[in-house]
Amino acid sequence: MDPRLDRGDGLRQALSWRLGWALAALIPAAFLVLFFAWPAATLVARGFHDGSAWTLDGFRQVFSSRRTWSAIGFTLGSATLSTAVCLLLGLPGAYLLYRCSFPGRDLLRALITVPFVLPTVVVGVAFGSLLRPDGLLGWLNLEGTPVAILAAMVFFNYSVIVRTVGTMWARLDPRLAQAASTLGASPLRALRSVTIPALTPAIVSGASLVFLFSASSYGIVMVLGQSRYRTIETEIWYLTTRLLDLPSAAALSITQLVIVTAALWLSGRAQARMTRALKLQPNVDAERGLTFSRDGAALITTLAVALILLGLPLANLVWRSLHRAGEFTVANYTQLATDGGGSVSVWRALSTSLTTALAATALAVTLGMLVALVASRRPRQQAGRHALATLESLFLLPLGVSAVTVGFGYLITLNRPPLDLRSSIVLIPIAQAIVALPLVVRTLLPTLRAIDPRQLEAAATLGSTPWQVLRRIELPHLGRAVGLAVGFAFATSLGEFGATSFLARPDNPTLPVLIFRLFSRPGSENYGVALAASVVLAGLAGITMAVAERMRPKEVAAW
Amino acid sequence: MKFMLKAGLAGIGVLALAACSTPATPGDTTAPTGGTQTTTTETTGTTAEVTSSDTLTVVTHGSFELPEELLEKFATDTGLEVTYVQPGDSGTMVNQLILTKDSPLGDVVYGIDNTYASRAWEAGILSDYETDALPATSSQFDADGLTPIDFGDVCLNADTEWFAEKGLAVPTTLDDLVKPEYKDLLVVTDPAASSPGLAFLFATVGAKGDDWLEYWQQLKDNGVKVAPGWTEAYYTDFSGADGKGAYPLVLSYASSPAYAPTTEALLGTCFRQIEYAGVIKGAQNEEGARKFIDFMLSPEVQAAFPENMYMYPVIAETKLPEEWAANAPLATSPIEVSSADIDANRDAWIRAWTEAMA
Repeated sequence: MDPRLDRGDGLRQALSWRLGWALAALIPAAFLVLFFAWPAATLVARGFHDGSAWTLDGFRQVFSSRRTWSAIGFTLGSATLSTAVCLLLGLPGAYLLYRCSFPGRDLLRALITVPFVLPTVVVGVAFGSLLRPDGLLGWLNLEGTPVAILAAMVFFNYSVIVRTVGTMWARLDPRLAQAASTLGASPLRALRSVTIPALTPAIVSGASLVFLFSASSYGIVMVLGQSRYRTIETEIWYLTTRLLDLPSAAALSITQLVIVTAALWLSGRAQARMTRALKLQPNVDAERGLTFSRDGAALITTLAVALILLGLPLANLVWRSLHRAGEFTVANYTQLATDGGGSVSVWRALSTSLTTALAATALAVTLGMLVALVASRRPRQQAGRHALATLESLFLLPLGVSAVTVGFGYLITLNRPPLDLRSSIVLIPIAQAIVALPLVVRTLLPTLRAIDPRQLEAAATLGSTPWQVLRRIELPHLGRAVGLAVGFAFATSLGEFGATSFLARPDNPTLPVLIFRLFSRPGSENYGVALAASVVLAGLAGITMAVAERMRPKEVAAW
Repeated sequence: MKFMLKAGLAGIGVLALAACSTPATPGDTTAPTGGTQTTTTETTGTTAEVTSSDTLTVVTHGSFELPEELLEKFATDTGLEVTYVQPGDSGTMVNQLILTKDSPLGDVVYGIDNTYASRAWEAGILSDYETDALPATSSQFDADGLTPIDFGDVCLNADTEWFAEKGLAVPTTLDDLVKPEYKDLLVVTDPAASSPGLAFLFATVGAKGDDWLEYWQQLKDNGVKVAPGWTEAYYTDFSGADGKGAYPLVLSYASSPAYAPTTEALLGTCFRQIEYAGVIKGAQNEEGARKFIDFMLSPEVQAAFPENMYMYPVIAETKLPEEWAANAPLATSPIEVSSADIDANRDAWIRAWTEAMA
């Protein structure tokens, strides 16, 4: 642009940019308020208003019960442990799968994401038959124990750490660690004092996601906890759908909100303290071949996780889908392709699933990019920085609030024209986008945050307009992570069951809903077809992630 | 539990009946308790305005499933644009309807069962409708404000092959289950999360009276396993199904043996589940709602129940599939608990159960 721009124009331009950013923040915020905050808050408010007056009875009732305290304790304990184990196992995985090259790596990357999108009923079948007394792992005596729940949480969330940390690791300038080695640091020392600190934003980001996912996991606890273990989430579900005890459910929802907010606040602080601008290379060739002496530990850990923790339940699922009445057969698949879905064919469910997932992904990624761009601004004033941190956290809240609260909230808010969406099919992708949005934001944001500010300043000093900076520096960085964000959003939406089940349409089920139905019907044929459909869903998720990984925009790679 | 599900709908010859059925007086508080007496064509009293529209929203439980042709026929015959919504199982659905009383979710509801029937009626979410399509022989199933559509028995099932192999007699009563020879053999489902589990809880209350909780303690001591839902119990834990699990006794339905010939239902342990349809109070299309209820009682839909929803048609003359006639007899005297009793105590019983079993 013209460097001889007069001052008035510059000021006006700065103001209009600020206005532009405010607008960009407003669109996703409005979406979040309309389809998440308002419904959830309305339902919770009902719990605190008994029709004539405000009351806090719910708190008294809930907190005087032993059951509540054990649910809170179990929620915090299992989520913390699950986060710790995911980090412990996931960091070597991130290194191996994103920093090293070896044959089969891409396949492995796709494989580890499959569990993330499996509906819980499928995980229940896969784990349940492994762990029961006569199962392959029956000798471990884990059935119905908290260890089984923890294993399933790690099964689900392992890939979250591997991917969020891995994508950043892949782009970390290898010369940093090389310099450390040249100066005499051992590989471990270089890892600890150079690489890990550099990766902290991604690690904190991934860890807080895993914590939220684990703390709000409903299905795993229901299916593997055998009613002996409860979390806040299962309690809210029980109080709301079984008893319609809104005061108690509201008190628990507030508790859940407090925990989630605290977790987000802590992770935000950690991130703010430790994020340093990195020299990221959009297209470095930092990959290297495997050397056993150096990469052996990472290789063994990752293979063990992939084969045992992730592979065994998945293989068990495939194996069982290839059997009917004890015989090896592909009958389940042939029937699935023909008339297996009952009155709704699997093809229709598949196309409903894909259409819904596409819509949800478009919504989530568009809104998520806006949020990430706004939240990655670097205001000079502290107030501005705080405002942005808050904005970012707000978009993570849906992960920590019960699907039941939101689902029931929809019923009493989106119930009048022009927003009578309760029986509208449009609500399904919207609800799924709300679930996927936090993932998208968390995937995109670390990349933008990590752009070296000097690079931006230099561009500005050399006369680039903010628009040019955005287009030439920030968007290419963003584009790099978009493939992953699309993959996550699409896969999340494909496997989403919680919110979808409240909005389900009998004539237009998504694939997970169809699987759930088939598993709920008697007869070994339905069971076999349900297993086959689960394998198809798992395969679809794996393919989605593999493709997303490869769909990096060309111009970005060239940048 | 959830059992079956699906959707679609269509109309049938019922429409003829529907056409001449007379609207009941809305807000009628004197719902007949003795059941709908056969084909009453005329209702006394002033006929209040019956709302109607060209769209119809049907709220169903998660197990709703009928052949698409039937659903399409219903839509064509009535000229209605029909939307089906499926917000969850019977309990979730009733609670959602109560929550949305001021702005109803739809026009007609199908799938409220007898354990939630009195809650639904007391909460005032239904407007009474007496159909002509229900014969006198089915009046035993009647409930306030609701029309019975289908029913089934929730019973324990046994893997007869397993018992034959072990040379052990198949248990027949609830009392047998706490005997040492049947230790570690039974898997049931969580009453807080699954509807057959809840039905079985009611069965124990009906059979044991005030001592029911003690009975559960004995079951617990005898190694009963509590699975989260029917799918997990039947397919993962039960030895008589595909999962080839370790438990030869499972909580399921009287109709399950029709699909697993080496199993049988223990007819002395059954609780009867009756599923109803009703017009939602405040419906935009009461006329269409009534037509839908009549449609659910039409011969075609009634005949479709066993194979699509695994329930018995409420109209006794309906022909059953062969396997059902052969392998899925009903209990002659199911254990009963009154709907009012259930409504008054359901929450307390569930809470007591969870505290005791957790």
